[in-house]
Amino acid sequence: MADAAVVTGGTTQTTQWTKKDLLGLRELSPEEIRLLLATAESFREVSLRPIKKVPALRGKTVVNLFFEPSTRTRTSFELAAKRLSADIVNITTSSSSITKGETILDTVRNLEALKVDIVVIRHPAAGVPHAIAKRVFASVINAGDGAHEHPTQALLDLLTIQEKKSRIEGLNVSIVGDIAHSRVARSNIWGLTKLGAHVLVCGPPTLIPPKIEELGVRATFDVREAIQETDVLMLLRIQHERQEAPLVPSLREYRLRYGIDRERLKLATRELLIMHPGPINRGVELDSSVADGPHSVILDQVTNGLAVRMAVLYLVSGAARVVEEDMYESS
Amino acid sequence: MEQSSLTNFREKAKLLDAEAIRRTLVRIAHEIIEHNRGTEHLALIGIRTRGSVLSKRLATEIEAIEGRPLPVGALDITLYRDDLSRIAPNPILHATEIPFDITDLRLVLVDDVLFTGRTVRAALDALIDLGRPLAIQLAVLVDRGHRELPIRADYVGKNIPTHLKERVEVRLQEIDGKDEVVIEESV
Repeated sequence: MADAAVVTGGTTQTTQWTKKDLLGLRELSPEEIRLLLATAESFREVSLRPIKKVPALRGKTVVNLFFEPSTRTRTSFELAAKRLSADIVNITTSSSSITKGETILDTVRNLEALKVDIVVIRHPAAGVPHAIAKRVFASVINAGDGAHEHPTQALLDLLTIQEKKSRIEGLNVSIVGDIAHSRVARSNIWGLTKLGAHVLVCGPPTLIPPKIEELGVRATFDVREAIQETDVLMLLRIQHERQEAPLVPSLREYRLRYGIDRERLKLATRELLIMHPGPINRGVELDSSVADGPHSVILDQVTNGLAVRMAVLYLVSGAARVVEEDMYESS
Repeated sequence: MEQSSLTNFREKAKLLDAEAIRRTLVRIAHEIIEHNRGTEHLALIGIRTRGSVLSKRLATEIEAIEGRPLPVGALDITLYRDDLSRIAPNPILHATEIPFDITDLRLVLVDDVLFTGRTVRAALDALIDLGRPLAIQLAVLVDRGHRELPIRADYVGKNIPTHLKERVEVRLQEIDGKDEVVIEESV
């Protein structure tokens, strides 16, 4: 069995990772996404060892540059870097020179002058990691930019679906919640459709962006439709902080119309997975009985997140050298 | 460690055919049993990818002789390579699958070709991170010389003197569709 996996791995994984940065899933080919997932699958085993550490990124320095609060993603990147033997430094907005008026690009250039190899950026404005990646030698990993993309979250979701369902192609995946303000939804739409899943987005009309169908998904306002016939039910948090005006009358109203509880789940016709990127608003989008219930793979998502981030750090660090060599050769 | 090269290679000679590979593995299986006085506390660890295939075949031979199965694991040494910071892009990673505790076991590390010894060095480091085995021995199908580290094999299928510019290719049914060992020279 293991050999079959290796053999197919050897024949299908002809793609090599040559990108210095990971900015979003929009830019990636299906082959590149599959390579990332296969690499992450191989990394899963490292965290099960008595000594959870490999020497692959020894001597590399990673910086977590977070302009937005985060526990899960930042910790996950930090542990991923440490398990690869890289050194990691955490910078958060409140304790940095950003408060003194330094621009982000200056901050990153200063980090580069300190010979940092990889910068993990989270920023409330869409496109910031892309803008920085173009101007620095260091690898840039997007850990969430505004409502734009959150590629490692989508990759860990894909890895979890693949782990539990053994495939992604042909599956029905429903994403329920604040689609308009969600980078998780956007990255997942890119990733899932590239790998051949059928995506249905669902939420109140105020939280579904117009023309979302142009991304290759279907949309509905009726949560029952999202539950029936789906293989994966992905819930999103109502993002109070990203809404300028209240777009739902109240959290209670949202719960009544879109919240998933045991009763509503009875509409399901397939053995479905319950997923949530966290943090969960218990009793709003997801009832505790479901979040902690037998269909929930929410904690598997967290475990897979670590493997995904190890894979991303490993692959971009190799590709950074390709880019650097090219730059030296052409100069 | 494999070197990806853009130069073309041409087959110079066939060193082992399918039957010779089979006989060699039977002999190594006997040697492993004799040297360890049986198979108690013994386990095989194959280095991905071809060493892993060979370790499974050896385990089958040993079981046929001794009448009981022994644990077999597969080791991926990619993350332990000493040239990781020099090659780009990073090589494709496969999973290490050793579903048992290696502490206090006698391990036989299995690979297809012993060359510079750097793969074995990486494998030793990787194994030590997984536990504290009682002993680690090394079995290879082909020893082609040109060691760069103080490493030798305990069980050798065939010693083949080679030129540095030549390449030894081990092909196995499970991966390559046929069993043979050939020596190739650059053209």
